[in-house]
Amino acid sequence: MHHVPLSWYLILSAILFALGIAGFIYRKNIITVFMSIELMLNAVNLSFVAFAYQLRQVDGQIYAFFVMVVAAAEAAVGLAIILTVFKNRKTLQIDEIDSMKL
Amino acid sequence: MDTILFFIFAIIAVVCGLNLVLQKHPISSALSLIGVMGSLAVLYLMLGAEFLAAAQVIVYAGAIMVLFVFVIMLLNAGSEKPGGKSWFAQIAGIPLLLAFIAVMGFVIETFLPALRSVRFGSFAGGTAREIGRVLFTEYLLPFEVTSVLILIAILGAVVLARKEID
Amino acid sequence: MTFIVVSLIKIAIVMAFFMTVLAYLQWIERKVLSHIQLRVGPRRVGPHGLLQPLADTLKLFLKEDLMPAHVNRFLYRLAPAVAVFLCLLSVAVFPFGPEIEIFGVRTQMQITDLNIGILFVLAVTSVGVYGIAIGGWASNNKYSLMGGLRSAAQMISYELPMGLAIIAPLLMLNSLSFREMVNNQAGYSLGFIPRWTVFQYPFPQVFGFIIYLIAAFAETNRIPFDLPEAENELVAGYHTEYSSMKFAGYFMAEYANMTTVCCIAALLFLGGWHPLFPAPYSNLVPVVVFVVVAALAFFHGLQPARKWDNITFPIVGVIALILAGLFFVPVLNTILIPIFWFLSKVGLLLFVFIWVRGTLPRFRYDQLMRFAWTFLFPVALINLLVTGLLVAVTTGH
Repeated sequence: MHHVPLSWYLILSAILFALGIAGFIYRKNIITVFMSIELMLNAVNLSFVAFAYQLRQVDGQIYAFFVMVVAAAEAAVGLAIILTVFKNRKTLQIDEIDSMKL
Repeated sequence: MDTILFFIFAIIAVVCGLNLVLQKHPISSALSLIGVMGSLAVLYLMLGAEFLAAAQVIVYAGAIMVLFVFVIMLLNAGSEKPGGKSWFAQIAGIPLLLAFIAVMGFVIETFLPALRSVRFGSFAGGTAREIGRVLFTEYLLPFEVTSVLILIAILGAVVLARKEID
Repeated sequence: MTFIVVSLIKIAIVMAFFMTVLAYLQWIERKVLSHIQLRVGPRRVGPHGLLQPLADTLKLFLKEDLMPAHVNRFLYRLAPAVAVFLCLLSVAVFPFGPEIEIFGVRTQMQITDLNIGILFVLAVTSVGVYGIAIGGWASNNKYSLMGGLRSAAQMISYELPMGLAIIAPLLMLNSLSFREMVNNQAGYSLGFIPRWTVFQYPFPQVFGFIIYLIAAFAETNRIPFDLPEAENELVAGYHTEYSSMKFAGYFMAEYANMTTVCCIAALLFLGGWHPLFPAPYSNLVPVVVFVVVAALAFFHGLQPARKWDNITFPIVGVIALILAGLFFVPVLNTILIPIFWFLSKVGLLLFVFIWVRGTLPRFRYDQLMRFAWTFLFPVALINLLVTGLLVAVTTGH
């Protein structure tokens, strides 16, 4: 077999998404949790691009592009929130950030 | 050649993804995530999305992840403390994830209509010219809305991260 | 098969040339700086210190490779490698001249022509910050950490005006491939003004070029923006803990980055290999330049100010005359003339980098950030808007 079937790309995307879920659930550092979300977004992007290839349409790539843009906005706000949380609580462990009030 | 490249970069992506989940220190996780993004960029290139591959490296690896690394270095909070994981996640976590992958694989292989096999260069729709044309004609409104979203995000980030005025 | 062989030969030539340039750039920088400061610079090793780069490389090879305590060993080793690898990668897409024919093989004077060449270079340079940031973090030293942090913040900030300054000429050139971009800058308006983007109708990119150069100084961590390695605040910044070949890696990366940004400026704004004057006159320029150099060398050789000058200067003169002679060889001159123009543009820009280092003081950190966000970024944005508007009006879309 000389060519890779497109389904392998989709399965790779599923594996990466599962890894993102695992990181999201297992990790306790708020930044790592945030990075797991980025991993999931990347996995979804891969399937968007794969479907764009399947349908011979550029629309899927445009969706992936929008996901990227939104991820950039999300990262900016999210990291600003993390900075504020760390300034007020002096920790990045999500279990320790459990009270609504200081 | 296509198969070899796919396997090399798919394996890099999966190993880096695993490393992200397993590493205790956030900076190692961040670097693994950069590895995932880089190999995904190569896979995009093989799927004919050359503009997106470049954007992936410029935006994700070059801007977003630099921001992450910057924040990790700035806070310098050290490694994660062990423990505190629920018994359910410890027992059922890995089987459930494997089940998820298996179900997804089953769905992809059986329910989807006949999928093409990927041949590098057979689809050249992802050029910068084509993306630009579609983005500024069909997707003009979403594009403008995202730019407003980014403006809001910038304002939000500035408000959140500025020093408190005493 | 011929493709692979030709590519390998081209890679070998370009890499050999590039590495020599990098080594000698450091010698040139020391010489120019010392002449600005009324010193003579390196003179001991070889005539006029010409063998100094070799001596320095040998010295760095033989130095002890220290591994400080409490560093993150893997990342500490990885960081300089990343820095070197990424800064050498972008040379792959730069065209040095038009298509040529040697021994019956037509080939481009370029390792490869990507149709997203400029995006490739932007991607590679934007990832280049990790070499410095990770190195600073892994060293486990507060000065290194500060250097790495400053570098990350500085490079994110200055990437924006740099990107905007690059987009403006792209609008006029209507392509992302370096070769097409340079081809679109060929010709002369009114018969004598070259159609480089700095001079091109509808909106000469003079502002864009200046913004790009300023941002490039910051991107390469050069004076006046060398805050990541400011020696009187941070010892040596991000490479404080590095010694031996790892230090050499960072050192090489700095010069390679400098060369890269100068190549982009030459290709994007200064017309790549296209000469300043129309064809028949421009072909004589290299000959004239080398003959003048030879004449100067012979003149100084006749009045030796220092020992050995009466030997070394005439040798330089003879070499310059031989180079001038090469431009008369019919097959070679089609190859040499574009390379001459391209390299002289890059060399001039590199000289500006060194010149600025010799004359300007360092910015304060808050000044650096304020300058990027409140001055450079808005100006770049306005430049882009005006360019876009004028291009749209003149092309009638």
